[in-house]
Amino acid sequence: MNGEKVIRLLSVGKRFGSRQVLRGIEAEVKAGAIVSLVGASGSGKTTLLRCLNGLETIDAGQIEIAGHAVGPNPSDTALTLLRADVGMVFQDYQLFPHLSVLDNLCLAPQVVRKLARPEAEKRARHLLEQVGLGDRHGSRPSELSGGQKQRVALARALAQDVKVLLLDEPTSALDARTRDEIVGILRNLVQRGERPLTLLLVTHDLHLAEKLSDEVWTLVEGRLANVVT
Amino acid sequence: MAHAGDLDDVKKRGELRWGGDLQGGEPYVFEDEQQPGKIQGFEVEIADALAHELGVRAKFMQNDWSNLVPALERGDFDVILNGLEETPERRARIRLSAPYYTYGETLTVRADSKIETLADLKGKRVGTLNQTVANDILKASPLEVVLYEGQQEPYMDLAKGRTDAVLLDHVIADRYGCVLKELRCLPNDVARGHYVLGIGKDAPALQDAINQALGALQRSGKLEGILTRWKLWDARQKPTEPTPVPSATAPGGAGASSAEASRTVAPLGAATPSSQPSAAPARHFGAGHALLFLKGALVTLLISFCSFALASPLGIALATLRLYTGRPGRWLAAAYVEVFRGTPLLLQLYVLYFGLADVIRLDPVTAAVLGLALNYGAYEAEVYRGALSSVPHGQTEAARALGLSRWQALRHVVFPQALRTALPAVTNDFVALLKDSSLISVITVVELTKRMTILAVELRDWITPGLMCAALYFVMSFPLARWARRIERSLEPTPAAEAGNAAGAA
Repeated sequence: MNGEKVIRLLSVGKRFGSRQVLRGIEAEVKAGAIVSLVGASGSGKTTLLRCLNGLETIDAGQIEIAGHAVGPNPSDTALTLLRADVGMVFQDYQLFPHLSVLDNLCLAPQVVRKLARPEAEKRARHLLEQVGLGDRHGSRPSELSGGQKQRVALARALAQDVKVLLLDEPTSALDARTRDEIVGILRNLVQRGERPLTLLLVTHDLHLAEKLSDEVWTLVEGRLANVVT
Repeated sequence: MAHAGDLDDVKKRGELRWGGDLQGGEPYVFEDEQQPGKIQGFEVEIADALAHELGVRAKFMQNDWSNLVPALERGDFDVILNGLEETPERRARIRLSAPYYTYGETLTVRADSKIETLADLKGKRVGTLNQTVANDILKASPLEVVLYEGQQEPYMDLAKGRTDAVLLDHVIADRYGCVLKELRCLPNDVARGHYVLGIGKDAPALQDAINQALGALQRSGKLEGILTRWKLWDARQKPTEPTPVPSATAPGGAGASSAEASRTVAPLGAATPSSQPSAAPARHFGAGHALLFLKGALVTLLISFCSFALASPLGIALATLRLYTGRPGRWLAAAYVEVFRGTPLLLQLYVLYFGLADVIRLDPVTAAVLGLALNYGAYEAEVYRGALSSVPHGQTEAARALGLSRWQALRHVVFPQALRTALPAVTNDFVALLKDSSLISVITVVELTKRMTILAVELRDWITPGLMCAALYFVMSFPLARWARRIERSLEPTPAAEAGNAAGAA
């Protein structure tokens, strides 16, 4: 099962107006792998990550991810199906401030997957235990520290039972100790899951990239310049 | 404050200032359509003739009709000359001249109506103007009085079936009611009375001079000439002895039909003002009045609640259309907001109730609720647009990334946050609407402010009803503001509020 390719990028191109942000990207990721995307600011790392979740649409090529194929003009339905399998953690977390931690986790399973509340809640509590926040399910996001918010964001993305998790700068806003905690949690998630979870993370932190990943991709001006295994 | 001038002041000034309301319209005193700013009417000519007799010029002073008497008392002008009916109440309050015209109260019904007398109107809706003898007659009868601000509206509503009859002076009925083919004026006058001039309490010399001048105009035939020119001369005017008439109403045995006046005097019922005591008893604010006020407040509150309950979803829908749909939707929402925000609510109410009566026939309360809702919907749209825009785009993206559709993201993530942001402004708008709802009196709904003005004129006291009215508005709006603040606070993150949820937590 580990040999299966969970992500395949075929000549992926993306432009914003006249600016070509991604150029002919070709790459594959094995299920259960951890891949770090590095590169200078403006090299297209975050754009690539957003394309993988359908937050941006590509102009050329094709993305195959978690069993979904997405081209330049994806339908809304295709994207919704894709997102059920591909989770995203934002750099600034984007927790929902009007909902409790537990409700942040339950929202998508209840609304998108139509899970009954008890079922959604059971899974959410389990995930919160996994990220070490079992006692904070009633809190509002505004009452949490940066590291706690990051862990809630992780758990929220995983609540959909995703196959691929995309993370944008998961440790940039955290101090060294918290960063190590997050790294530990990510490792655990990948290793302990009942099925392979693939991580793709954008980072500026080369140390983190090397310590955590199976592969490090370097993007230069929208091209995949280097892949280190 | 200027004193209502006595004769000396008038002569010294060289001007007889006379008060009237142009809104009263043809034939009393009204603006010349061809020459805006120039006034005409039979009362303009009477005023000029009277002033001429006194050796001065006449000067017209515009004043809201229902407040002519208080304005005279304030000294805004020397005399009232504007279809002022002779009543015991008025006689007790100010000086009245000899009559210059005899009017008949005319009952107008729909052409197909079976109604023949006032007695047939038991329990029915009857339109008239406030501060009139007709209103006094109707109030003493077991029927529902509907009050209007202008002379044309009562007949329009009668024709449309919103009321069952209209009782007003024949001068008005002949011009605005009997001419409509849907309507029929009953042949018998319900009552007769006189138009007189109102003169300040402290101006006995002016009263004498006016009476003498009127006598001179009658003897010389000038008055008859003016009235004939305006097609007002009829059989009712025959017993025109310029003797001051102590009783308010009809000379009972007034001559029967003539060529000009086909209507005759009906036997006067107990409802006519003549049966009232000749000196008005001093009235005080009592429990009955308080009850009327509470009723008015309830009307205000109910109409405000209903219209706001419509305005809020309308505003949210418009804001959603404007922010999240294609060009046609955006354009439509923007146009709606600009039109309803850019024109007066009063105008919108008039158009909705009178203007569109041929298309949709709304009852007054429905029209009021709808008018306020449509108007406030535009304001709410802007409030919600601001609130929705203030929710960071990242929130929508996070929801979308979780697989929520555009609509689900709005519904579960953006709206709940926007509603909290909007709440203070929304509450503010509700309090504003509560007070703006006083405008609906123009379409005959008697709410709190209207109740206050009616009572104030009746009691000749603006202070007690005014304070009572203000207190009621305050009582209605203040708790709302407090309540909204509480909700707002409860929506803010508070650890204490969440402690209860965290059952499993230490």
